[in-house]
Amino acid sequence: MPTTDPLEQLLRKAFPGATELAVIDRTGGGDHFQVVVADARFEGLSLVDQHRLVYEALDGPLQDGTIHELRIKTKGAA
Amino acid sequence: MSELQDRIRTVVENEPVALFMKGTPQFIMCGNSDRALRALREAGSPVTAVDILVDPAIRQELSQLSGWPTIPQVFIKGELVGGADIVEELAETGELEERLSSALGPEYREQAEERVVSVV
Repeated sequence: MPTTDPLEQLLRKAFPGATELAVIDRTGGGDHFQVVVADARFEGLSLVDQHRLVYEALDGPLQDGTIHELRIKTKGAA
Repeated sequence: MSELQDRIRTVVENEPVALFMKGTPQFIMCGNSDRALRALREAGSPVTAVDILVDPAIRQELSQLSGWPTIPQVFIKGELVGGADIVEELAETGELEERLSSALGPEYREQAEERVVSVV
């Protein structure tokens, strides 16, 4: 199973209406990730609040050390 | 509130621009701290850096205070701007300079010194 699957599942659950959702393993090592989420929920929110929603969705793997580094790109619905 | 959290809060609230990073501007220990610092430098921002690697408790207390789980963290006049991704994005759109200008005054570049402070 690709290392990105568990993260993608968590994000799908948190952003069921996402118009774009991607998780990229940046180094192939399973701990440095780039996530991209486009969702109408982000519209009108500051970037800080947009990223907070992503951090909340990935709280588990952030806390347990699965994610060493996370890059986030959020946008409104495409 | 712990004394450490109190000292972190003092830096956040009193410094024009606070950067909590891994390492120092002279000896950067993490790519993301480097990205945030570069974006600030390009915007001509003053930087007061705190090395969070000095004591693991700094990161815990800082994240408790800010509600932000990762490092680096950038604050302008006490307000959390975000981590490396956000600061980079704001720098690219020119919004970082606008925010610095409105928070610190249009002449902010003239006092753009870099320094390192300790919270322990």
